[in-house]
Amino acid sequence: MRVRAPLAALAAVLTLAGCGGGGGGGATPDLKVSAAASLKSALTAYAATFSAAHVRLSFGGSDVLAAQIRQGARFDVYAAANAKLPDALYAQHLVERPVPFARNRLVLAVPAGSSARGLRDLERRGRRLAIGSATVPIGSYTDQVLARLDPSERALVLANVRSREPDVTGIVGKLTQGAVDGGFVYITDVRATKGALRAIDLPAALQPRVVYEAAVVRGSDHTSRARAFIDGLLHGRGASELRAAGFEPPPP
Amino acid sequence: MSRRGWFAGLLAATLGIAFVFLALPMVAILVNTSPGALVGSLGDGESLDALRLSLETSAVALALIVVVGTPAAYLLATRSFRGRALVITVLELPLVLPPAVAGIALLAALGPKGILGSALADAGVELVLATAGVVVALTFVASPFYLRQAQAAFAAVDPTLLAAARTLGAGEARAFLRVAIPLARNGLAAGAALAWGRALGEFGATLMFAGSLRGVTQTAPLAIYDRFATDFPAALALSAVLLAVSAAVLLAVKLAAGPEALGRARP
Repeated sequence: MRVRAPLAALAAVLTLAGCGGGGGGGATPDLKVSAAASLKSALTAYAATFSAAHVRLSFGGSDVLAAQIRQGARFDVYAAANAKLPDALYAQHLVERPVPFARNRLVLAVPAGSSARGLRDLERRGRRLAIGSATVPIGSYTDQVLARLDPSERALVLANVRSREPDVTGIVGKLTQGAVDGGFVYITDVRATKGALRAIDLPAALQPRVVYEAAVVRGSDHTSRARAFIDGLLHGRGASELRAAGFEPPPP
Repeated sequence: MSRRGWFAGLLAATLGIAFVFLALPMVAILVNTSPGALVGSLGDGESLDALRLSLETSAVALALIVVVGTPAAYLLATRSFRGRALVITVLELPLVLPPAVAGIALLAALGPKGILGSALADAGVELVLATAGVVVALTFVASPFYLRQAQAAFAAVDPTLLAAARTLGAGEARAFLRVAIPLARNGLAAGAALAWGRALGEFGATLMFAGSLRGVTQTAPLAIYDRFATDFPAALALSAVLLAVSAAVLLAVKLAAGPEALGRARP
């Protein structure tokens, strides 16, 4: 019973690895999409329905993905968990003009069985928190939240931070493994755990503005298909998968 | 003559390919790192914390590996028993295990929800998200490198010398300490160097099992990954430092092990 979760994760990894190699040939070209880790379930579902190309997804921290593009990685689409990183790539002429395609909300996630009711409960001594690294969007949003707390409360929270993870997957993993008692993630990440985690809403005054932006990477061999993929995030199947995963429509 | 020339050419070409392929990325790190960035990264507290933590945790891991691994490898090399092949295979398995699998495996065994999780918690032992957890992850992935080399080194010791030592009145333990270890020292040192290198470079299992927190669990490879996204020059500089430290220790271990370990060809 105790080892079932890691074994299931292991099985999932093996299944994904098995699927990765196949299906690349034929007339439909490969569209390489580099996307924030928090988009995993929504984009995986969307990619399966996208008929114009065989979509190959690469998930990670938005910052690392941006760095890969800066180092010359040939992706066709870049979808980030903020506007800052795509805008910076746009300013460097590495991507076309970024398009906002979704909004998300930061929450305090706790294991489903936790008795915690609010941030106060995780400020007590000995509570353990995992948050995002300052370089990745989830971490910088978290830093925005913490900056809005009064200094003494912020100090209590920071004293309980036991890991700064490179992407949301790491935070969710630490939570589901019981390594920490709480962590700041997106509401969509909590939904994706299908009940393993519970979300505690943040007071509106603490909530940062979380806007996701996507852009076609310059030099892509499949520019029109890449644009079609991004259009689908705004209006088509991609948009409905994003709503299903809990993302809100982009700001008007 | 021409046939020999053809084969010699093939050997030289393969060595050339291997050398360029392995050396080029390491040279690229040094070429791309300006001396200013190198000094800057050493003056940066976060990089220094990561380097210090890497050196400390890998040193502790190596000490554990050598202290436990040396007698264990001696046993494997000098005795035959039922299930020996199975034991050796299991001990070598982490050698070919992907680091992410190692991380999952450690969580499943020693994590809060793992097989020994509640026993460890009852005993007050904290591994996950703690420095001790880094040592556990490093020890897990690195020890097969030492065990394998040490076993081969002990197996190469002439058994008649050990028998002679016992004939002259040395006990089993004394023969091990005074005869087997000195004769096997080159192989032991090589194994230690390989294990230390693997420990210093560990990334995936450390991140999954121990997390990443400055000064506590963020080792140099994790700090490099953290920098990679936002500050590539700093990541390069820290990589250059790690490369230099690794090269220095590899060389030191080889020198300590005697001239043969420096790679003179067999006569």
